[in-house]
Amino acid sequence: MNPDLAFFVEVLVGGLLSGVMYALVAIGFVLIYKTSGVLNFAQGAMLLFAALTFVSLTERGVPFIGAFAATLAVMALLGLAIERAVLRPLVNQPPITLFMATLGVAYVIEGAAQLAWGTQVHGLDLGIDDTPIDLAGILVSRFDLFAAAVAGLMVAVLSLFFRYTRTGLAFRAVADDPLAALNTGLRLPRIWAAVWIASGIVALVAGLLWGARLGVQFSLSLVVLKALPVLVLGGFDSILGAIVAGLIVGAVEKLSEVYLGPVIGSGIEGWIAYVAALGFLLLKPSGLFGMRSVERV
Amino acid sequence: MAATSTPLDKSLPCLSAKGIGVVLLLTIAYGIVPLVGSSYLYEAILTPFLALSLAALGLNLLTGYAGQLSLGSSAFMAVGAYAAFNLSLRLPFLPLPATIVLAGLVAALAGLVAGLPALRLRGFYLAVSTLAVQFFVAWVLNRFSWLSNDSPSGIISAPPLVVAGLSFEDARGRYLFSLTVVTLLTVLAWRLVTSPTGRNFVAVRDNETAARVIGVKVARTKLLAFGLSSFIIGVAGVLWAFAYLRTVEPAGFNLDRSFQILFIVIIGGLGTLRGAFLGAGLIVVLPLLLSRFGAALLGDGFDSGTLEMCQRIVLGILIVAFLIREPAGLSALLDRAVRRLRPSA
Amino acid sequence: MPAFRTALRSVLVAGTALVALTGSAGADEQHFPLQSYRVGPYAAGGTGFFGGFIDYLNLINTRDGGVNGVKLTWSEGETQYEVERGVEVYERLKSRPGIAAWNPLSVGIAYAMVDRITKDKVPLITINHGRTDSTDGRVFPYVFPLLLNPYSETSGIVEYLGSREGELDRLKGKTIAVLYHGSPYGKETIPIYELLAKKHGFKVEQIEVPHPGNEQQSQWLTIRRLKPDYVVLRGWGVMNPVALKTAQKTGFPANRIVGNVWSNSEEDVIPAGEAAKGYVAITTQASGAEYPVLKDIIKTVYDGNTGNLADKKRIGSVYHNLGIVNGILNVEAVRAAQAKFGKRTLTGDEVRWGFEHLRLDEARVAALGAKGLFHSINVTCANHEGDGRVTFQQWDGAKWKVVSDWIAPDWATLRPIIEASSATYAKEHGITPRNCAAEENATHAAAATP
Repeated sequence: MNPDLAFFVEVLVGGLLSGVMYALVAIGFVLIYKTSGVLNFAQGAMLLFAALTFVSLTERGVPFIGAFAATLAVMALLGLAIERAVLRPLVNQPPITLFMATLGVAYVIEGAAQLAWGTQVHGLDLGIDDTPIDLAGILVSRFDLFAAAVAGLMVAVLSLFFRYTRTGLAFRAVADDPLAALNTGLRLPRIWAAVWIASGIVALVAGLLWGARLGVQFSLSLVVLKALPVLVLGGFDSILGAIVAGLIVGAVEKLSEVYLGPVIGSGIEGWIAYVAALGFLLLKPSGLFGMRSVERV
Repeated sequence: MAATSTPLDKSLPCLSAKGIGVVLLLTIAYGIVPLVGSSYLYEAILTPFLALSLAALGLNLLTGYAGQLSLGSSAFMAVGAYAAFNLSLRLPFLPLPATIVLAGLVAALAGLVAGLPALRLRGFYLAVSTLAVQFFVAWVLNRFSWLSNDSPSGIISAPPLVVAGLSFEDARGRYLFSLTVVTLLTVLAWRLVTSPTGRNFVAVRDNETAARVIGVKVARTKLLAFGLSSFIIGVAGVLWAFAYLRTVEPAGFNLDRSFQILFIVIIGGLGTLRGAFLGAGLIVVLPLLLSRFGAALLGDGFDSGTLEMCQRIVLGILIVAFLIREPAGLSALLDRAVRRLRPSA
Repeated sequence: MPAFRTALRSVLVAGTALVALTGSAGADEQHFPLQSYRVGPYAAGGTGFFGGFIDYLNLINTRDGGVNGVKLTWSEGETQYEVERGVEVYERLKSRPGIAAWNPLSVGIAYAMVDRITKDKVPLITINHGRTDSTDGRVFPYVFPLLLNPYSETSGIVEYLGSREGELDRLKGKTIAVLYHGSPYGKETIPIYELLAKKHGFKVEQIEVPHPGNEQQSQWLTIRRLKPDYVVLRGWGVMNPVALKTAQKTGFPANRIVGNVWSNSEEDVIPAGEAAKGYVAITTQASGAEYPVLKDIIKTVYDGNTGNLADKKRIGSVYHNLGIVNGILNVEAVRAAQAKFGKRTLTGDEVRWGFEHLRLDEARVAALGAKGLFHSINVTCANHEGDGRVTFQQWDGAKWKVVSDWIAPDWATLRPIIEASSATYAKEHGITPRNCAAEENATHAAAATP
């Protein structure tokens, strides 16, 4: 293959795989936003908390499965607690108040995580050898492929859950029209609780994969900044949108850093995704899938 | 957006009571504090309090009055600070007040551009797109070293604070300087929110379509709100850099600072001018109190790291508890307290 | 708002109480106010550094009864590495009696303090970091970027790469990629790499990683295309392990990556796991606990259960040892100043004189039990860095191992650039540079007159 073309493909593939990682974080946001209209900024802190709990348990000699199960339980409890103690008393408050409340929750979780497990940084080894695979001269990261597979699996499980279980159906009903759902006798709090538990689990999966990439440390919570442009582009309320937007954002980010960076100055990755998402919305205000009105608060 | 006290509901007796309160506060701030204050009070509490109050005031115009959520406030502070630095460096003949006004205008211009998406986006979509400004400004300041006078470390240092031969260099002077700027801009903001323009802001916030029906030019109003708000936030950035820290780097104006300003607005009370001051008071003083209280409670030998983490938890809990108990903010709390004190009224 | 008012009042009272404290200066104590950070994103570095510093002060108090009988005291204020918290702590603690020096270990906080400490006449120590031009003590009398400033670091790394090739001339025609953090800190050395590339005939490609650096796929693919001989990592925080991991992902060998002083700790490599094996980084102080001074600290401080590190496994880690070396330099500056001004509580200005006459040759370093821990230092009025030597350490998957001699940066090449920069600062701020020779003569003359 032409080396320039091969390089382009390599950047593109790398970008798409990074995009999967962004989508993974974005899905956690979407779950909550879809049902309760909250932009849950504590998602990053939850991610950190999950990864830190898991890694601290394994460092204390707990086997992988045990640590995973224990963390899963902790995350479910945490999601439940947030819903019960914070979101439920704040029901019917304007979205910005709810948003601020999740920032407060993020403080609490970050403090508690570090208090419980210390401020040391940890390595997290999921047992995947991260040497690159050579596909016709193009290097692809084994770990990123694994992460993409896990993300795909998680999305599949989530969609099965929403399609075939009672709670899942109720979830969709609430997401479509909360008032109508309420009228048919659906119990909103129970659905909220289920969704918060689900987002806790998503945080665990994302936390482990990101933790293995970055190491488990405080800045793990900063990965939410990578998920936000994905949300703007894909819509706050669409899981499919999050995935497609994640792929686009990842690819745009990497391609522009590599090809645009030398022209206007490198380091543009921090904002180019936001600008791209914004530009897209200005051109097509109905969003990626044309299903929702962006004008809605 | 929260429909808290709008500028329209001011009854006359209340206004005069408020007037007395403001005069009293200003008397204390100008007359008594400079006589009794220590350098710690000025440098560590009052000057940052004033700069943050002003920034929150600016954001409140945008978010509280005009209903446009922004997460990029500290970027406008940065624009103001770096604009003022460059103006005073490259146009040294400009008097300081002119420099500050011009810097505010530069920030306003940036605000206008940043406000363009608001014509098509609302709510969190808009909020997240203001993050683009946040990261873009940081990148520009980092990329073009000319903006920091090619200082190898990217750090800018403030010029001396001298107005018409009068020096405001010491801690007290910088406090008084900030106080004057904040007072002037607060008066302007008060005039604004009680003017027809201010009423247009509120109309756009409460119901955009209805506002359009009654003849409010929505797009113009939104952009105006972005411009005016950024002007004030930009001036707050100048105070932050020139009167408070004296040397700043772009990293000082990060996302955490934007959140901090938003916290101040929400906790103080959306859509009230005094909310900015009440909120800033709480956000500046509370962590200091918590750390004093914690140290006193647990003794000096206690591990300061553990202490700090407990504080973080307490701060988070307080914020959440506050939002649950008093979603309309400190300002509403104050109103109730005043009403209780005067049962006759 | 009664609660708020009470709150404000108690702050006012606390402030006044502090002022009242100032009057009662303790009997012969020297104080070190610490703007530490034990929480937040950089807590791991903070606990190590301030832990080491406190451990050394503790050792001097317990083993020697202080410096010539003057007890060392300290107080801590948490900053979370945030500038305005650092300023608050400065304002809160600056009225403590007998302050020797400030040691923030934070570039941002240090910058915000330059004006304040100059006015208050207390030294500001920015070991291994801080503004390069503050090396010029004629313009920055109170700022001391001890051991290593960013320019010297750059030169030290290039000298080391030269030695890897056999000699400096062999770098001719080689390509070095510099991966830097997208911040003023990261960009500070760009012109120096350009300058040294021109001087030694190698090619340099500088690539920015935007803060915080948790995604580096595109940068490392660019590096893969460039095929450089070495990559210099000028990283910060999470950027470092991610760089090492992504290097592995794109097939770049770790032993051809060289880290700078903020990419050289255990915290930078442990999260990268296997990918960090073979990675090399610059340092001014070796790691490990086998040096006599560390043995003393373990024996005197940790066995007496007064050690500052919660986790004893971290004794001898990079940040802990940096804290200890920082302790040695501070204590020896106080000692030097005491030799001139008397064995009593000194003022900040007197301690500044001590720092400006801080001369520890290899014999003195050995006598302090730090032979091999760090090389030497020679601070003067004009040179506040003190000609620190650097060495290089390689990560073997469990610990750092020193792999080079003590290397001297090319100070002669760097000095004119530093002086140009400090001259700009002096002009911007209306400072007349001190005349160092005249000051020395005046001191000698004063000493000679009975």
